[in-house]
Amino acid sequence: MSFLEIKDLSKNFGTVKVLDHVTLSVKKGSVIGLVGDNGAGKSTLMKIVTGIHKPSSGSILLEDRELTRIPTSKIRLLGIEMIYQDLALARQQDISSNIFLGREPVKKLFGINLGLVDKQKMDKDSMKIIKDLGANVPSVQYQAGLLSGGQQQTIAIARALTFSPKLVIMDEPTAALAVKEVQHVLELILKLKSDGISVILISHRLNDIFEVSDRILVLRQGQIVADEIKAKTSMNQIVSYIVGAE
Amino acid sequence: MLLKNIRLESLYVLGLLIVTMSLLSPYFLSISNFLNILLATSVIGILAIGSTFVISSAGLDLSVGSVMGLAGVAGAVVMNQLGLNWVFGILACIIAGGIAGFFNGQLVTRAKIPAFIVTLGMLGVARGTALLLCDGKPIYGLSNEFLFLGQGRPFGIPFPVVIFIVVALITHYILASTKFGKHTLVIGDNQIAAVAMGININRHKVQLYALSGGLAGLAGMIFTSRVNAGDPTAGLNYELTAITAAIIGGTNLFGGKGSIIGTFIGALIMGVLQNGLNLLAVQSYYQRMAIGAVLILAVWFDQINRQKT
Repeated sequence: MSFLEIKDLSKNFGTVKVLDHVTLSVKKGSVIGLVGDNGAGKSTLMKIVTGIHKPSSGSILLEDRELTRIPTSKIRLLGIEMIYQDLALARQQDISSNIFLGREPVKKLFGINLGLVDKQKMDKDSMKIIKDLGANVPSVQYQAGLLSGGQQQTIAIARALTFSPKLVIMDEPTAALAVKEVQHVLELILKLKSDGISVILISHRLNDIFEVSDRILVLRQGQIVADEIKAKTSMNQIVSYIVGAE
Repeated sequence: MLLKNIRLESLYVLGLLIVTMSLLSPYFLSISNFLNILLATSVIGILAIGSTFVISSAGLDLSVGSVMGLAGVAGAVVMNQLGLNWVFGILACIIAGGIAGFFNGQLVTRAKIPAFIVTLGMLGVARGTALLLCDGKPIYGLSNEFLFLGQGRPFGIPFPVVIFIVVALITHYILASTKFGKHTLVIGDNQIAAVAMGININRHKVQLYALSGGLAGLAGMIFTSRVNAGDPTAGLNYELTAITAAIIGGTNLFGGKGSIIGTFIGALIMGVLQNGLNLLAVQSYYQRMAIGAVLILAVWFDQINRQKT
């Protein structure tokens, strides 16, 4: 059974057709590599899945539920997390505020819920999550904008994993990282897979894609031009799909 | 806990101002003058609290002075012309302000008009509505219960000061410690992140502008009670002082950072400055110039600091 089903999805920005009848499916606990040239529509496609953009036509089913009619603010609750290329961190806020952004734990005051944020719990849990990811930060009360690229990436990943997601979408998670940090992220993706979490990985680094993906999809000018099982394709073949030689 | 949220420079400025004024005027350093300063600061301070919420979400509310005038007239109309009692007078002030703010929020979020334009427009609309409601003439003679709000002195402390401090404490915890406050700062910090993380930013912004309007209504209530009149010209140019107080209190003009305790100190700086200049018999024209200059200087210093880090 497919976990995520995208059917006939199109998106126009004004007169520009960014996505053209895209159809694809993702099985539970599998890693999909999504590749394509700049402007092929990868990020737009994923932003439609997470509800940031609404499609012009077509449908998305998550475990047979239609996603396109669910408001953006509710989609995360269904277990879809996205790690954005630009990280989507609030740079002036501290690390734990970023990890729990939008889902801060609250504590009751005299038995009444006043929306008071439980900062202690937030700091404690954040520290644990970051340690579990094998990362190092000076303190969870540190401003996110002052961290290095790799550390910021860790915060973004920590945020995605905190609330046991079912599907994690990663948009160029390794682009800004040092070699050692890249390996760490790839291992993390395989760990997610072994936990039964589906991953969609967008990357320009075909080495990374080939290392962790089960299937590789190629987008070109808004259309899916290839949907290959990794074992049955090669890097050369994928490159020729990307540039349109095949 | 409170100290962490204060920008130290603003405390230095406040201290420096107090020392300078004490040296220059023999009347400055006394408890009764200190209460005077707090009393004079309370209206501006409450407006500045509203501005802090809006500005730290990367918004702007230029209409608070006019909305305050409208709210005061609305309260006076409800009590004197409709003959309802003072409780409805209070409610009328706050609700009138809240409604004006609600419209600001709707126009900013649904119609996607820049906040600068929306609230500049509201500045005119609210002032005009206030003048229309009372035919341009102040409504005098309010009930004693209502007058207590602005003129009462329980235990010798002016009641507006009590209101100001209570409002400041409550709103401080809202901005610093609740989900609502955290999301306000996140929206100002990175709006795209806020949307991506499922925060309903349109609803949140409408609430922020309504809060700013409601607080302007409260300020209007205090002012109306203090002068015993629903005055359609009340709050003229107050937005300048309110926004200045918020900015020197450490609110980031571009959003993402702000605290009510900081704004409280910012408002005190404005209050001490005005009080000191009054005691030194400096013409009020110069005071207006000083406030404007302080706003520009505060933002300038902030820019310099930002470039350093």
